[in-house]
Amino acid sequence: MKTTPLMQSNIAAQARRVSALTRRGTRGKRRLGDIIFRNFTLLFVLITLALVVGVAWILVSYSLPTITAFGFSFLTNQAFDPVHNVFGVAPAIFGTLVTSCFAIIFAVPIGIGAAIFLVEFCPLALRSMLAFVMELLVAIPSVVIGLWGFLVLASWLNSSGEPWLQSHLGFLPFFRGQPHGLGLLAAGIVLVIMILPLIISVSREVMLTVPQSQREALLALGATRWEVIRHVVLPASRVGIMGGIILALGRALGETMAVTMVIGNQATKPSASLFDTGYTLSSVIANQFGEATQGLFLSALLEAGLLVFLITLATNVLARWLVARMGRMSIGGLNT
Amino acid sequence: MSAAAHPFLPPRSAHMLRRRASNLLILALAVAAALFAVAILIYLLLYVIVRGLPFLNVSFFTELPAAFGSSGGGMGEAVQGTLILVGLASIMGIPLGLCTGIYLSEFGRGSFAGAVRFTVMVLTGIPTIIFGLFAWVLIVIPSHGFSGLSGGVALGIIMIPIVASTSEEVLRLVPKEIREASLALGATEARTILSVVLPAALNGIITGIVLAMARIAGETAPLLMTAFGSTFWNADITQPMDALPLRIFVFTNSPYPIQISQAYAGSLVLIALIFIASFAVRWATGGFRRRR
Amino acid sequence: MFKRWHIAPLLAALTLLSMLFSACGGASSASTSTNGAQSCPATRTLNGAGSTFDGPLFSKLFTVYPGVKCGANVNYQLIGSGAGINDLLNQLVDFGATDAPMTDAQLAKSPNGPIIHIPVTLGAVAISYNLSGINGHLKLTGAVLADIFMGKVKTWNDPEIAGLNPGVTLPNQNITVVHRSDGSGTTGIFTHYLSAVSDDWKTKVGAATTVNWPLGVGAKGNPGVAAAIKATSGSIGYVELAYVVANNFPYALVQNAAGNYVAPSLDGAKADAANVSDIPADLRFYIVNAPGNDSYPISGFSWMIVYQNQSNPDKGRAIANMLWWVTHDGQSYASALTYVPLPGGIVTRDEAQIKSMKCGNTPCYTGK
Repeated sequence: MKTTPLMQSNIAAQARRVSALTRRGTRGKRRLGDIIFRNFTLLFVLITLALVVGVAWILVSYSLPTITAFGFSFLTNQAFDPVHNVFGVAPAIFGTLVTSCFAIIFAVPIGIGAAIFLVEFCPLALRSMLAFVMELLVAIPSVVIGLWGFLVLASWLNSSGEPWLQSHLGFLPFFRGQPHGLGLLAAGIVLVIMILPLIISVSREVMLTVPQSQREALLALGATRWEVIRHVVLPASRVGIMGGIILALGRALGETMAVTMVIGNQATKPSASLFDTGYTLSSVIANQFGEATQGLFLSALLEAGLLVFLITLATNVLARWLVARMGRMSIGGLNT
Repeated sequence: MSAAAHPFLPPRSAHMLRRRASNLLILALAVAAALFAVAILIYLLLYVIVRGLPFLNVSFFTELPAAFGSSGGGMGEAVQGTLILVGLASIMGIPLGLCTGIYLSEFGRGSFAGAVRFTVMVLTGIPTIIFGLFAWVLIVIPSHGFSGLSGGVALGIIMIPIVASTSEEVLRLVPKEIREASLALGATEARTILSVVLPAALNGIITGIVLAMARIAGETAPLLMTAFGSTFWNADITQPMDALPLRIFVFTNSPYPIQISQAYAGSLVLIALIFIASFAVRWATGGFRRRR
Repeated sequence: MFKRWHIAPLLAALTLLSMLFSACGGASSASTSTNGAQSCPATRTLNGAGSTFDGPLFSKLFTVYPGVKCGANVNYQLIGSGAGINDLLNQLVDFGATDAPMTDAQLAKSPNGPIIHIPVTLGAVAISYNLSGINGHLKLTGAVLADIFMGKVKTWNDPEIAGLNPGVTLPNQNITVVHRSDGSGTTGIFTHYLSAVSDDWKTKVGAATTVNWPLGVGAKGNPGVAAAIKATSGSIGYVELAYVVANNFPYALVQNAAGNYVAPSLDGAKADAANVSDIPADLRFYIVNAPGNDSYPISGFSWMIVYQNQSNPDKGRAIANMLWWVTHDGQSYASALTYVPLPGGIVTRDEAQIKSMKCGNTPCYTGK
């Protein structure tokens, strides 16, 4: 609100009068109230910190038995054998990486494409509605996507999808081998569905921060929309979009339920075939926690948990750092 | 050539044609991508509705699961459990998350605040099954029993970062002038935050809280090892408790068609719960006016 | 537009909703308390977990039990025998259910004294498959089954299978093996059978609730295996009979020790059990591949496992009552669900086991 000099001096005088009235005799009280409130919130903050530290500490301390027993070979050992007390999560790491990479490879082009449409080409009237619709995809719980994946996707893949891929694209090593339906391909597809909305919303927010004036300048020079995107929007958003991709990768690496329901839960020798069954670090935990009493088995599962924790932590940190470099992004905007 | 640069004349050279063509191509690809994303959502929703709606009736909410393969029955205890668990989680998640958000936006300066922000960020990225493991090791095993309480704790921890970061963001958006005006009038810092800043940001905070509650309503993995599931009505949080995602998960693995259909019905209820909550809170708080 | 005064009524509505559900719950489970409180334990809720083999049976029994005199709400979760045993060892449940008796090593881990095994039912593990265009039932021997599950036999029209089934046109389709991904008593029964009929299997894979499967797809629980077989054309797997019958799945005729091809059935399982000679005192035993013309070789008992010393006397009495009911009146529900009612000799031994449960200084079971 625009204030005239007269108004400003009136407001200042008013403020002086009021603060003179209230300041007398309240200085001590005011400080005490503030201190109590501040420490009250601080208490809750400390509880939150304690929880996080507690989670990390539990993970580390319960993993120590297998860390000391197997050391680095835990990461490379193929066999996860509770009967003989030999544990290795190489197939789990392999499954986690393969499904997540598959998801990123397919979700990123589609996600960025959809975001480009939303930001650059979409008629204004449709814009917010479409964006809302795409974000609704996030609201579908992973157990429902797993339900659909197990009952519909897997049997379709087994009867039609994978045989078709094998007959038409079988020269690629990814589509050889025996179709099972359940397996790495099904898990990859399910993950695409789960991380797509995240990529769309982050890319969209990032692209929106590019000043409209820059776009208009290039358009005024006669560029096509695509050239504007290529020369202005994408270079400016590149870092933020990378951050979004890494965030989505972190999400894919940690996804548990939907993947567990469709991945087949059986390790095969690592091969290039996407038709193979497999398992991921999270699915091992979900499947096996009930079997594990104290001892090496429980410790192995918690070490798998520690691995997931560290991997998702690393991707999260990297993503936030990248996005923070964009400046105007806030933490809340990435909370999908 | 000069004619090539003029946007209003039809393309006169191959170069211009190529530019127009590639523009159209990108437009087509972008439209296709957007359509794909929307199509997946519509397809999934429709599929769940078509498979689940015929089996959704009043007895779904009022009856317990029937024996395997028998028709009838419902998932009443799962709905009850979800409501109770979300409530329990909120008792823990809302105060912790909100106070963290307030602290970060109002008092947060320096390296300690940086550490807190980092912690909140760490919490956001952790897969939820880890919190289930945490509650299992810390509560379930020492207390010799699965319980709704341990499930509520696990879900509550998941809520904290969501509530904290949305609260912080919304509180930061409250204009400085309002705070300064309140302080200038002699209010204490605490009074300013409680009576001036918070109410101004209330819409956003409520939105964040409800979105967090909707998010944890759909969580399955942490509940597998804490709440355990039940096939009876149970309001006792020291006993195993059921939840919609748990029951859906169990029924999905069933070969009995009737239970599969009930799994779809349960999915429909769960999705409806989450959608309605997200939609309603955004509509009620005017959240739709936020975005461009 | 959301206003602050909306909060109170909203909260009230939510609380009312939850209370409504709790009230519903209270009503339905209180029906058992009307029967004059003479010596009915106060404990009205029991938690159990384990075998999915017993799934259909327990699911029926525990919807009936709340209405029985001195009954209770028994919350039973199907998580697999292995997890059931573990939950009991961790004292997270009041009883476990398993189709594979606990090993000595597992028993040694008990934190609270001896764990007793009480056979509650007897069933058959059927070999089910998903193949179109096959009339009747395929015939399979133990050796061929072992080869299939080891990956030596890869396609349905392999000579090993074709040789046993003359006159049946088998498709040239890959076999997808379906097995359990969780610790399973059903796996225990099946692998014990395979070890009995194939030395190769015995040395390479062995018999346990969890084994290192050479190949195949892992599914969770008997229901999961059944669902996976249903969804995957060309698949084969081992599933408890009740799931196969209820869903009309095809099953194979398996050759028994006497050389006859027997269908998985109540009679087959009964004959198999009857031909087992020495049953140990602690009732931990497998019955696979027993002699007899009509025996179905892949059969097994299923047990409920509880601590002999019950730390909570009231709960211990409730558990004992439940065990007694399941092994006596509960058996009347078995046949309809394709489980074999317990043979009389086993019931007698069960009674002795149940009576040996101690609640404090007195036996837990106080009935006749």
